[in-house]
Amino acid sequence: MKAGDLVELAARNLRESVLRNSLTTLGIGVGVASLVAMLSLGIGLQQLANRRLERSGLFDTIVVTSRRSLRGFDRRPPGNGPPPAESRSLDENARVEIARLPNVLEATPDIRFVTELHYQGKPQLTMVAGLPPSAGEKDAFENIQGHFFSSDTADEAILQIQFADDLLGIHPEPGNPSSKLNANTQALIGKEITLSYAERMPAPQTSEDKTPAEKRPSPPETPPAAASGAGEPAASFSVVPRERKLRIVGITDQDPDGIRGASGARVFLPLQMVENLHIMLPSGMRESEANFSNVPTYLSLSVRVKSPNDVESVQDAVKKLGFNTFSVLDATRNLRRFFAVLDLFLGIFGSLALTVAALGIVNTLVMAILERRREIGIMKAIGASDGDVKKLFFAEAAFMGLVGGILGVALGWSIGRVINIGTNIYLRRQDLPAENLWSVPWWLVVGAIVFAVLVSMISGLYPAARAARLDPVQALRYE
Amino acid sequence: MTDKSTRPSAIRTEAVQRHFRMGETTICAVDGISLDVAAGGFVALLGSSGSGKSSLLNLLAGLDRPTAGAVIVDGRNLAEMSGEELSRYRRHSVGMVFQAFNLISTMTLLENVELPMRFAEMERSRRPELAREALERVGLGARLAHRPSQLSGGEQQRAAIARALVNRPSLLLADEPTGNLDSRTGSEILDLLHESNAQFGMTVVMVTHEQALAERYAERLIFLADGKVVADQPIVPTSRGGKGIPPVLGHGQDPDGSGQVGHATHGTAERGPQSESAVPPGKVTS
Repeated sequence: MKAGDLVELAARNLRESVLRNSLTTLGIGVGVASLVAMLSLGIGLQQLANRRLERSGLFDTIVVTSRRSLRGFDRRPPGNGPPPAESRSLDENARVEIARLPNVLEATPDIRFVTELHYQGKPQLTMVAGLPPSAGEKDAFENIQGHFFSSDTADEAILQIQFADDLLGIHPEPGNPSSKLNANTQALIGKEITLSYAERMPAPQTSEDKTPAEKRPSPPETPPAAASGAGEPAASFSVVPRERKLRIVGITDQDPDGIRGASGARVFLPLQMVENLHIMLPSGMRESEANFSNVPTYLSLSVRVKSPNDVESVQDAVKKLGFNTFSVLDATRNLRRFFAVLDLFLGIFGSLALTVAALGIVNTLVMAILERRREIGIMKAIGASDGDVKKLFFAEAAFMGLVGGILGVALGWSIGRVINIGTNIYLRRQDLPAENLWSVPWWLVVGAIVFAVLVSMISGLYPAARAARLDPVQALRYE
Repeated sequence: MTDKSTRPSAIRTEAVQRHFRMGETTICAVDGISLDVAAGGFVALLGSSGSGKSSLLNLLAGLDRPTAGAVIVDGRNLAEMSGEELSRYRRHSVGMVFQAFNLISTMTLLENVELPMRFAEMERSRRPELAREALERVGLGARLAHRPSQLSGGEQQRAAIARALVNRPSLLLADEPTGNLDSRTGSEILDLLHESNAQFGMTVVMVTHEQALAERYAERLIFLADGKVVADQPIVPTSRGGKGIPPVLGHGQDPDGSGQVGHATHGTAERGPQSESAVPPGKVTS
C-alpha cells in the first residue's frame, strides 16, 4: 500500500471513532504540554541565569596580572608558570598583544586607587576605578539614575549608592541595610565633585639613562612614601598633587565592581579620562625602578571575551604569554551542572504524563483491534498484507502522536505563558523588574512533536503487531 | 468452446489437509482432498455444515495454510509461499465473496470497491473510474455514495461482487454467497457470478449448501463430508437444459442501474454478442 493511501485510511479510521481517538490524542497533548512546560521553564530559568551572569561581567571577564610580585622578583608565582626571571611586565605592549588574541573583545587596564574626593568642601576617602565604555552594558547600570558616561574622556563620575549616601550623610538603618535610589540621590546628579590625585611625571634629568624595558638584578626597596611624597622628586620621576573637577552623571544601586569584593570601588570614572591623568599607581611604583618610559604599566588587566565558553581558551593563551589569569569560570561550570540536573528532573516529571498518554494509545489501539477485527479480516481477504495492516495501525498511532504533539506544544506554550504572566505580576507587586522565566526554543517545539510521534509509534508497536498477526479466517468467522 | 476437462487447471490441490487442534482432539476439517479446477470452470462445493467446504475455500484463497499437502496455482504451491506472497496472490489473483457480504460498514460503496485497488497500488487517478464501472456493472451505479447499511442484502452482495472483481482476478471464490438472501435475490447474485464466469472466463469456486441453485449454475458439483470428497459430478448438459434461462428472466434489469431489484440474466443477454454466444455453449460443452 502506498503512503498516501495509508495516511488516508488511517485518518478515516481515526475519524470513525472520533470521540475515543480525540480523547487519546488529548491525552498525548496533555503529556506533551507538561513536558514542554517543564522544559521551557527549566530552559527559561537557565537563560535568565546566564543572561544575568553574562551581563554581570563576571563570566566573560578574565583578570590578567603580571607574574612579578609586588614585593620582589624572586618569588615564584603559584602554579607552573615560567620562572619570574622570564615573566614579562604587564605594560601597554602586553595589553595590545592580549587584545589581539582570538575571541577577545577588549583588554582594558584596571585602574583603581584610593583617594580623596571633595564634595561641598567635605573630604571623602574612597576607592576610585576607571570603567571602559563597554561597562555601560552591564546590568549594574541597568537601573542607573541619571546616565552612563557621555564619552570615554568626559570629566564625569558615576557613584555607587552607598557612596552617594555617604555624601548625603545618610546612614542606612540597621534593619534595612540596602539603600534605595530616590529623590535624595537624584539631587546629586549634575553636582560637582573634586578628585584629588597624584600625577606621576617623568623627571627630565633622568630620561637619558633610561634602559630598555628589562628588569635589573637587584631592585632597590620601593619607597612606600613615594605616592604620598607630594612634589618630592624621586630617583627618576616626580609626583605632583593635582585636583580635577568632575560632574556626577549617574548613581547606581548595584555593585559594578562586584568581582573585587570588599575592595570594590565606590566611584567610577571614564577609563580613558583616568588614564590621561597619569595617576601614580602602586604598579607604577614597582615598575619605576625599571622602566621610566612612557609605556604605561598596569597592575592588572580586565580581558573581556566573546562568550563565557571562550574563557578557558583565552585564559590558556594569556598564560602562554607569561601572565597570571583569574576567572570565575568554575562557578559557571557548577551552575551549568545544576541546570542540567534541573532540566533532567523537570524532563522526568514532564515525561510521566507522556508515559500515561502512551499507555492510552496502547489501550485505544488494542480496543480498536477488537472492534475492527472483522474489518482487518476483510482487508486481508481482499489483498492487504500483514505489513499493510501493521503500517495502518502504526500510521494511526503516529497520526495521534503528531496531532497530540502539536496540540501539546500549543498547550505547553500557553501554560508557560500563564506561569510567566503570573510570576511577573508577583514580581511587580514585590517591586522587582519583570523577568522572562520561560522560553520555548524552536528545537523544543520540533523536538516535542517528534518525541510525541516517536512515543506514539512505540506505543503502536504492540497493537500493530497484534493486528497484523490476526488470522483472517478467525476474524471472518461468522459470529 | 473447448471441453473444460481439456483446459489447463486454474487451481489444483494435492492431498491437502487442514487440521485444527481443539484441546485434546484434532479436527480434520480438510482431510486429504485432491482436486483440479479447470480454468474458466464454475465449481460448486456442497456439503453439510462442518464438512470442510469453507476450510477448503480458505485454503484455495490463500487465507489459510494447509497442515499438509499442496495447493498449486500457476505451478506454485501456496503452502510454500511467504505471507507477503500470499497477500499478493489474494490481491491480484483472487476475488472473494462472503455470506455476510463483509463490506466495510464505515465506507461508502465506492470506497469499499476502491479498497482492493489501494492494496494493489493501482494508480490513484484511475481508481474512482474503475470502481464506478465495477459498481455500474452490478447495477449499483446510483448508490456509489451510500454506505452498506443503507442497502438491501442483495445490493450489498452485488457491491461485494463488484469489489471482488475490480482487480480482475482469475479466480472468484464465493463462500455461501446466497446464504443470507432470499431465493430470488440469490438467483440474481448467482446470475452475476455466472456472468463473470462466462464473460471474463473467470474461474468460480462457490461453496453452498443449496444443491438446487448449484445444479442450475455450476458445471461441476463436488460433495464433501468430513473433510473428504464424497462425490464429484459434472452436470450433464441435458439435466441443465433450462439453466441459461433462469426463472427470473423477463423481469429485466433496471436500465438506469438505480439498484432496483434487477434481474441480471436478461441484462446479460443484452450485453453483447460475447455474452450471448458464451453462455449457451458453456452449458452444452462440459
